[in-house]
Amino acid sequence: MEKSVAIELKGITKRFGEVTANKDVNLDIKRGEVLSILGENGSGKTTLMNMISGIYYPDEGKIYANGQEVVIRSPKDAFDLKIGMIHQHFKLIDLFTAADNILLGEKMPTFSIKEEAKKAEINLESVMITADGDSKKKYDKAFAGYYRKLISLPFVKLGKIIKFNHLARKRAENLQKIADKYGFEIDLKKKIYDMSVSEKQTVEIIKVLYKGADILILDEPTAVLTPQEIRKLFDVLRKMREDGKAVVIITHKLNEVMEISDRVAVLRKGEHIATVNTAETNEQELTDMMVGKKVELNIDRKTPVDPKPRLIIEHMTVRNKEGQKAIDDVSFTINGGEILGIAGISGNGQKELLEGIAGLQKVESGDIIFHNPKKNKPVTFFHKDLKKIKKMAEEGFFHYPDGSKVDLKGKKKKEIVKLVNDEQILFYEDEVINLRHKTPRQIQELGIKLSFVPEDRLNMGLVGNMSIVDNMMLRSYRKGKSIFVNRKRPKNLADHIIDELEVVTPSDQTPVRRLSGGNVQKVLVGREISSSPKVLMAAYPVRGLDINSSYLIYNLLNQQKEKNVAVVYVGEDLDVLLELCDRILVLCGGKISGIVDGRTAKKDEIGLLMTKLSNEEDETEVNA
Amino acid sequence: MFLTFIHNAIRFSTVFLFGSTGETITEKSGHLNLGIPGIMCLGALGGCVGESVYLKTLADVTQVNGFAAVIIGIIFSMLFAGFGGLLYGFLTITLRCNQNVSGLAITTFGTGVTNFFISMVDKTGFIYASNAFTAYADGLNMNNWFSDLFLTYGCLVYIAIALSLVVSIVLKKTRVGLSLRAVGESPATADAAGINVEKYKYCACVLGAAIAGLGGLFYIMDYLNGSWEYSIDAMGWLAIALVIFSLWRPNWGILGSILFGALYIAPNYLNISFTYKELLKIIPFVVTIIILIITSIVNKKESQPPAALGTSYFREER
Amino acid sequence: MHTKKREPFIHIMKRADMPAWKMWLIRAVAVLIAFLVSGLVCLILTKGQHFGGFYSEMIKGAFHGTRIYSLLQSWAMLLCVSLAVTPAFKMKFWNIGAEGQTLMGAFASAIVIWYLGGKVAGSLLIIIMLLVSLVFGAIWGVIPALLKAKWNTNETLFTLMMNYIATHLVLFTINQWAPDGSSKIGILKYGSFSSILGQKYIINVVIVTVLTAIVFVYLRFSKHGYELDVVGESVNTAKYVGINVKKVIIRTMILSGAICGIAGFLLVGGSPTPTLNADLVGGRGFTAILVSWLSQFNPIIMIFVTFLVVFMQRGSSQAASTFNIGDSEAFNGVIVGIFFLLVIASEFFVRYKVVIKLKKDKIKAVREGGAK
Repeated sequence: MEKSVAIELKGITKRFGEVTANKDVNLDIKRGEVLSILGENGSGKTTLMNMISGIYYPDEGKIYANGQEVVIRSPKDAFDLKIGMIHQHFKLIDLFTAADNILLGEKMPTFSIKEEAKKAEINLESVMITADGDSKKKYDKAFAGYYRKLISLPFVKLGKIIKFNHLARKRAENLQKIADKYGFEIDLKKKIYDMSVSEKQTVEIIKVLYKGADILILDEPTAVLTPQEIRKLFDVLRKMREDGKAVVIITHKLNEVMEISDRVAVLRKGEHIATVNTAETNEQELTDMMVGKKVELNIDRKTPVDPKPRLIIEHMTVRNKEGQKAIDDVSFTINGGEILGIAGISGNGQKELLEGIAGLQKVESGDIIFHNPKKNKPVTFFHKDLKKIKKMAEEGFFHYPDGSKVDLKGKKKKEIVKLVNDEQILFYEDEVINLRHKTPRQIQELGIKLSFVPEDRLNMGLVGNMSIVDNMMLRSYRKGKSIFVNRKRPKNLADHIIDELEVVTPSDQTPVRRLSGGNVQKVLVGREISSSPKVLMAAYPVRGLDINSSYLIYNLLNQQKEKNVAVVYVGEDLDVLLELCDRILVLCGGKISGIVDGRTAKKDEIGLLMTKLSNEEDETEVNA
Repeated sequence: MFLTFIHNAIRFSTVFLFGSTGETITEKSGHLNLGIPGIMCLGALGGCVGESVYLKTLADVTQVNGFAAVIIGIIFSMLFAGFGGLLYGFLTITLRCNQNVSGLAITTFGTGVTNFFISMVDKTGFIYASNAFTAYADGLNMNNWFSDLFLTYGCLVYIAIALSLVVSIVLKKTRVGLSLRAVGESPATADAAGINVEKYKYCACVLGAAIAGLGGLFYIMDYLNGSWEYSIDAMGWLAIALVIFSLWRPNWGILGSILFGALYIAPNYLNISFTYKELLKIIPFVVTIIILIITSIVNKKESQPPAALGTSYFREER
Repeated sequence: MHTKKREPFIHIMKRADMPAWKMWLIRAVAVLIAFLVSGLVCLILTKGQHFGGFYSEMIKGAFHGTRIYSLLQSWAMLLCVSLAVTPAFKMKFWNIGAEGQTLMGAFASAIVIWYLGGKVAGSLLIIIMLLVSLVFGAIWGVIPALLKAKWNTNETLFTLMMNYIATHLVLFTINQWAPDGSSKIGILKYGSFSSILGQKYIINVVIVTVLTAIVFVYLRFSKHGYELDVVGESVNTAKYVGINVKKVIIRTMILSGAICGIAGFLLVGGSPTPTLNADLVGGRGFTAILVSWLSQFNPIIMIFVTFLVVFMQRGSSQAASTFNIGDSEAFNGVIVGIFFLLVIASEFFVRYKVVIKLKKDKIKAVREGGAK
């Protein structure tokens, strides 16, 4: 089939405030082929495609469709040009059925009152011409008919607009035809909130096809799918290519690029680097183009020194909002002084695992045992009051520096205070605390320094509208008995972090929301490690960050590890996981499908583990 | 006695029904219009202005053409109220201002304008115009309980019920309704589906306000027989409450409004001192609160407000 | 076919940042336009006779002679209610029940006067009034908060309904007290500050000024203020750092309600002619919401915004009665409505940038396109 150019972009530039998302991009999309848009997170892939699909409007540049210059002001304009985009976050309405979602926004039958009136007038004129002078009756009748029609037209139009949405036969048949043609298996009467991610994606694709799109753009379609589902999706895409449609797939996964696409366009920091034929390139070359320089991760990984269990998770089960088991009877150990990586396709329980440990989600069953490394460390009044210390002394928790047991019986208050302040009372053993059913506040009050860098930084870790200084206080504002907050220390901390981590910001009073992604993350991670934590959990801490910021984060995590902190790193990039982590735990369907050594494990081995459970399910299905 | 009570309850419910049907349309587009009380006032004012203008054209005010009086009242009422809705829409859709604040400002503005200008409206002959609204087809009156209960109302009562049935069918069954609900559930999705979000929102705000305005018209022209009273805004608030009570379903709103109407006028039909009647007037509000609490406890997906209610939509939001 | 489409004529963009002076300039321009429009309304209503006179009458109506005292009195009352709703709004708790909460405060004071007036010493009576008002206001505020915390019940409509319950409770009580059917209880003999301190209005102003300072400090510098700010901005973050969101909601609404209670107390006790009726609050509960929002929830700015609103209310009433244009009380509703609409609309220009794209070369391009 001849590959004609469907869409051509010339000199497209798009800015958001001071950030340039796309700069002078030239690109063409051809029919009958699959084009990959390859780039790192934040390289402007999605923004560029959003301008074709009418979500954004370019600041500069021109778009040509079929050789003609076009203006795409809205998704509607895009549809008129037969462009359909499947967004990463599905644009589906939960409350509607699949069929309703597909039919949504369907074009109205064209009916123009003006044109119909004109037709009636022409009709009338023809009657008048043909009518003879003597047939006055016929004449009048024609006139009456003409006016009747004129009056009825608005109502006819109204009727057309409020046309009943017969989901029933004909339309469902049409939908089903499309579904069959590409081999989808789906119940279109199901409501979206009852559907799995893969089903939702299918609905999106049918929707775009039903609307007659022949230019399809898919934004990171494989991010949420299992390998089997990806295979099915790719089969569908190939069928579309054979059908003569232009398919664009946005991705940052090289293996998929090599597998599915005919050409690859590489974006880097909003600029178009090159478009090459897949057959004439290889992964190495693409990577070089994508990151600009040769990727040698070279993360400085030290051998853990004396790793000891810090957190022991036993038979933990957490349910998600929908009531399903997101974490299902999971047991593992997190050691101090090492980085434990958590791998898995996103949405396989990573979020619930970390939030469960941090006390943000209800843990249905199981234990989270925390070993506070207090052995031979002095007790302080910071987290324990006098009464508690007395009680603990009675139970034999403490010893003096010379090794003898502490006995506080009969001692006066003053004496004990002096002993504590002189750091004379030491812990005999590590403290062991069960964190289950503890709120974040209780955990904090127990003196457990557990830091957590959540996935959704501006929605959970930080307050976007507050200044950097005020964000620094989030963890520490409760300190002290005063009813007023002390902004002096947070300010010092903010300035220190801005200095140390090279945060680019106008001042420490700038709202965090105005900082770029990397700088936001620096502020968050900086704050979380400032409390010298015992456990540091970070969920996708380098997502959306440029290379330099990412390395800064890796180094910070490694420093923490050297300080004997138990570090948990949830990541999506297997290369990073393999070079950063000492051990890698693989989650699949809320269960641990394996724990491997970060130094010896192979990439494909982890890849296999990430999909292990779903494979088993498939087999049982076949057997049954 | 009981029949009269039910009759009057149904009659009075029309005020709430117009208001809640209008507000439902607006809320389905994702806009919580707290300006409804002001808009209902504007509707009443519009109706009075229209009637006044019409009566001036007559040589003898007693010779009112029933059809003309009703149509002019409805058109003027909808125009005035629709203007309030347009103003609200402009603030919240185009200018993307906070919906609660804009709505309250519209209420302030609407009640202010109404209270001020109503004194300038020449109300002579309103009683004759009102007769046109309250007149029913005598031929249908069979002097039995059935006709008393169902056939002896002014035209606006039937219009209100028909309108709420039409609206609920349109919302549920038609393409326009589907699109409107989509706009209220997720404007970004609707936009991506090629629906003109702003157009739908504007239409919903203006049309919703225009319908709500008829509630004001009915109250003055039908229920009060053409006399004026400054208590429309209180009914506007109840109309907003009724939207929640009916779980955003205008057809349930019919029953809800009758219940509200009954509760509202019930104290007048009970043989108790007027002091305690005040206490009984609390009941509709308490019932609304109870419904609010129950729906929040049950928390069923289908009985929740439109997901995007109260948020403004900006396509290029990052 | 698509070549005919022009580029969007007006392009709206979100502003990244705006210097504070520019922000206030935009708002000041909106206020000026509001004054101008009010003048025009007056010009039209007086059939072209008065335009400049409107403004001089406004100033006269607001400041002339002893009127300045009643201006200050109204200012203090509106400011007090605005202060009350602010903590809740900052927490994004849409409490539109300030009207009812304030009325309950006033109700409480009246109850104390009715049953204890003359039986206890005057100063003790006033202290009891204050305390009971605080409690009544707080209770009225905390009920919706409790349910919001427990089941996430919609607070906007809940608080709205509470207003009407309060109104009817007050009407009921008044009818009980005045069984002759007059539905009026007349002027209460006890419980007015002025009878004790010999000052008519100034005490209210002083109390509210002190309250403003307290609320400002509470919101800006206290741990509670910080917590409610975090809850308002992001419930998830609040949970993440271990803030007990429910507790904060309940606590803040108790505070909000209690300040409303103070406002109610001032409405009764702070008046030289203390009385109770259902319209005592007079819509301040709703106006306060607008004031609080327009002041960006900042008590210091609120001082000025409240002043502006009260000035417009009183001034336009005076102008209306001087020029004999209808109901003077209703006229101030019109003027204040215009003022609010315009100032709210001006917020758009603070948050968004409007770019008109049709520049000269583009116009040319469009013409050529049209000629095709």
